[in-house]
Amino acid sequence: MSDHDIVPLDGNAAAGRLMDVFAVDMTGATVMCEGCGRESALATLALYGGAVGLVLRCPRCDAVNLRVSNTGRSIRIDLRGASRISIHLTP
Amino acid sequence: MSTEASPGLPWLRATVAAIRSETPFVKTIAFDVPHWRGHLAGQHVDIRLTAEDGYQAQRSYSIASPQGSDPRIELTVENVEEGEVSPFLLNVLALGDAIELRGPIGGYFTWRPARAGLLMLIAGGSGVVPLMAMLRTRAAAADDTPVRLLCSSRTKSDIVYRGELDRQSSAGNGVAIVHTLTRGQPAGWAGERGRIDQTMLNKHCWPAEEKPCIFVCGPTPFVEAVANALVALDHVPERIKTERFGPSGGLT
Repeated sequence: MSDHDIVPLDGNAAAGRLMDVFAVDMTGATVMCEGCGRESALATLALYGGAVGLVLRCPRCDAVNLRVSNTGRSIRIDLRGASRISIHLTP
Repeated sequence: MSTEASPGLPWLRATVAAIRSETPFVKTIAFDVPHWRGHLAGQHVDIRLTAEDGYQAQRSYSIASPQGSDPRIELTVENVEEGEVSPFLLNVLALGDAIELRGPIGGYFTWRPARAGLLMLIAGGSGVVPLMAMLRTRAAAADDTPVRLLCSSRTKSDIVYRGELDRQSSAGNGVAIVHTLTRGQPAGWAGERGRIDQTMLNKHCWPAEEKPCIFVCGPTPFVEAVANALVALDHVPERIKTERFGPSGGLT
C-alpha cells in the first residue's frame, strides 16, 4: 500500500499518544506550518500513523508538521515542520 | 513492563458490564472503569490490545455516554472488516472480560451545555457516536440550546441509535433530527436521500449569519466533503469542528 492509498485520520486520534509527551491536551493547540504559514488546530492536521510513529501534516499544503515515534524504549519528536505551536490555556 | 513507568495518561482496566446491538454491524459496549476521571461530550478513549507475543494494537473510540463522572462508560463500535481491534471488541469480548483503556482524551471536539448559540451536528454513519454524547448531555442537563442533527446512513437499518433519536426528536424540546439514506430508501421514506451536499446543508443547517457551532464526524471523505460544502456556504472554519475516523491510516 502506497501513501496515496491511505486515508488519513486527524489530530484528534493522535491526542492520546501526544499526552505521552505533552502535559496538556494538544488537540486545541494551534500549529503554524513551516511550509505555508497556515495556523491550524492540531485536531485538524492530517494524521498518518503506524505502530511506532505518527506523522501530522498540514491540511492545506501537506507539509509534515510533526513527527512523534515511540519505540517503547524512547520517544522521539521532530518538530522541524512547525514554526510555532501555541497552547491555549483554559481561563 | 509496568504501566506506571510509562509517561502520559495511565492505562486503566475496563471490565465489560453490558453489550447491546445497535445495528447489524454496530454494538454498544458498556465498561466499568474504576478511577474514571469523568469526561466531556465528544471526548474519546484509546483502547490497547496486547497479544500473547507482546504485539500491541491501539485504536481510538468515541465515548457515547453523556458528560459526567459515572465510572460506567459506553463506547459504540462499528465492525471494520479486516480491522485489528473492532472485530475483537465486537465478536470476542464478553461480559466480565477486561481490556486496557485510557482517557478521556481530546478537548477540541467537545461541547458543554449552557453555551449560547445554536448547535448543528452532522454525522456520517457511526460518526454519530460523539454527537449522541452531546445530545445525551444536553438532555441530561435539561439544556435548551437549539440543536439540529443531520445524520447520513447507508440504509434505515444502519441508523445507529434510531429509537433514541426518534424519541429525542419527537420530544420537541428544541431537537430537530433529519436522516438521509445513501443506499436505498424504504417505501414511504420521508427523510432525505443521497449524500449530504451543499443543497441539503442549505436546507437543514442554520445559515452562516446565525453563527451555529457545527460539529462534523464521520469517515474522512465524508468530513472533507461536508466541511468544504459548509465553507462554500460561508460558515467560518473556526466554527466547524471536525473529527475523522476510518479503517486505514489509523494508529496501530
